[in-house]
Amino acid sequence: MLRVRSLSKSLGDFAVQDVSFDVEDGDYFVLLGASGVGKTVLLEMLVGITVPDEGQICWDEEDITHSRIQQRRFGLVYQNQSLFPHMSVYGNIAYGLRARRLKRREVHEKTRVFSEETGVTALLSRMPGTLSGGEAQRVALARALATDPRCLLLDEPIASLDIQARGQMRALLRNLHRRGHTVIHVTHDYEEAVSLASRVGIMEHGSVVEVGVPRDVFQHPKSEFVARFIGIRNAYKGRLLPPGKGAGSTARFVAGELTFSVLTDARPGPGCLIVRSEDITVSLAKNDTSAQNSFRGAVTDVAPARLGVEVTIDIGVEVAAWVTPESVDRLGLQLGTEVWISFKASAARFIEE
Amino acid sequence: MSHFARTSQRPEPLYLLFSFLGGAVLLFVVAPLAGMVLKTSAPEIAKTAVDPEVRRSVALTLWTSMAATAILSVGAIPLSYLLARKQFLFKRVVTSIIDLPIVIPHSAAGIAILGIISGDSLMGAAAERVGFRFVGGPAGIITAMAFVSLPFLIHAAREGFAAVPERLEMAALSLGASPTRMFLTISVPLAWRSILSGLILMWARGLSEFGAVAVVAYHPIVTPVLIYERFGAFGLKYARPISVLFIAVCLVFFIVVRLLAREQDNAAR
Repeated sequence: MLRVRSLSKSLGDFAVQDVSFDVEDGDYFVLLGASGVGKTVLLEMLVGITVPDEGQICWDEEDITHSRIQQRRFGLVYQNQSLFPHMSVYGNIAYGLRARRLKRREVHEKTRVFSEETGVTALLSRMPGTLSGGEAQRVALARALATDPRCLLLDEPIASLDIQARGQMRALLRNLHRRGHTVIHVTHDYEEAVSLASRVGIMEHGSVVEVGVPRDVFQHPKSEFVARFIGIRNAYKGRLLPPGKGAGSTARFVAGELTFSVLTDARPGPGCLIVRSEDITVSLAKNDTSAQNSFRGAVTDVAPARLGVEVTIDIGVEVAAWVTPESVDRLGLQLGTEVWISFKASAARFIEE
Repeated sequence: MSHFARTSQRPEPLYLLFSFLGGAVLLFVVAPLAGMVLKTSAPEIAKTAVDPEVRRSVALTLWTSMAATAILSVGAIPLSYLLARKQFLFKRVVTSIIDLPIVIPHSAAGIAILGIISGDSLMGAAAERVGFRFVGGPAGIITAMAFVSLPFLIHAAREGFAAVPERLEMAALSLGASPTRMFLTISVPLAWRSILSGLILMWARGLSEFGAVAVVAYHPIVTPVLIYERFGAFGLKYARPISVLFIAVCLVFFIVVRLLAREQDNAAR
């Protein structure tokens, strides 16, 4: 089990501050954050490339904060071009085994096993310069695995691959996780995190702001940053007012000239309201539904989205709604179309500042 | 329209001027050498090639310059690595010290070396006590050659190491390699081309050294000193064949080393 406590590192204008998290044995822990938030610096501190200014890194009961890289037994896989260019694929995979002075027969056997596991057996005699991006990453993974690391550290291992290779690499990583390998995977790609992580940590401005299982973190984001980062476009700053008389726990949220109803037990005050695009209904007339939030506006954009079509409506602020292509045709949605949007008070989520 | 497409239609006057100036520089280098070769007849060269004094001096020059390169590379290559990879106190001072032999006159360098290896000096006296003489012997020649040629190796090797991606070294360490193993199996092989260039440059600079060597050890006589002596005693006509011969020998060695290195590179690929 990896335990990171209050890890900090200052690098000129940039700093990783007070980072703490745990990674259990067998976890697939994804550190998710935009470019430049300090993910790689954090990973370098875990590996031992960068020495932290403060904090502690422990593996089980052992304090490894100041251990040498070669003693940490972490298998490191970079984003790209980390194979030794002057050695064959076999030489690359065998490198760590030879460094541990294993007998030739053992080196050969382990190289064979891990090249089979990662599907690179046919490439053993090739030089790294002749491999595709996906092949090179699988070799890098085989090389790291061959040394029997206690934890795999992956720095954006999929980012530079084409779509087909990404799929193969994800399948391979999922398979490794299923076999019990502990993995820490750094990425800026939300979908990568969703498809691989058993636990996820969100990094923002040099700090890990949230850690949890993906479903909790992504379905109930605790900050505007997470909401925006995972693609929730409807996030509005404003102020939560106390519930009115007889309104139960439905509170009012005021953003500019608009007032939304929101089901929350949060204390009144400044914050952010988020609504998922898939929770918004678009209609041509005002419907009598249970939805407490209904607004009239004009369509300002209709664009194909990953799932269906994203329609943007200006109701005083821009609201993005996901609808099916059939609905777009049926409602005749195009630029300028006057529509109603509605969503339930329970679909709106208030995040305190 | 691409830049090159445009120049292929109508030559750019600026590049014509550059080509003319560049050609003049090339001529400046080639003309004296070509003139020297053309003015030397084959029988003259053949006669020089069998001259025992010439043969002795060429052999001495070749082995002493190789020895200077080999001995100093043991410390110079690790120093180059430190300069390329590490930050340390007075790094700039160290870099400037390494450049000193390039900027000081070589005869002055010879005088400075003499100061530490002559029998009057601490080191020279200690060496003489165990029966070893620097001044007037191959050891003195090697010292003088090494002193003036060292910066060429360090500069080339440092650039070579700096060009090796650091993440490859980190990957090697994370795979359990010791720093020594990492250095010998990753850093040196990947910087090898630059290191080899540095070794060749250092060796070439050493074997062409005259000033420092003449001060430290006029005898046994190395070829650059012999050329100077023949020129002083007998004139241009007698100095020319030995110059041509020496250049030819150096070129042969230079080409052979380059070819061997290329073969090694191809094999590695």
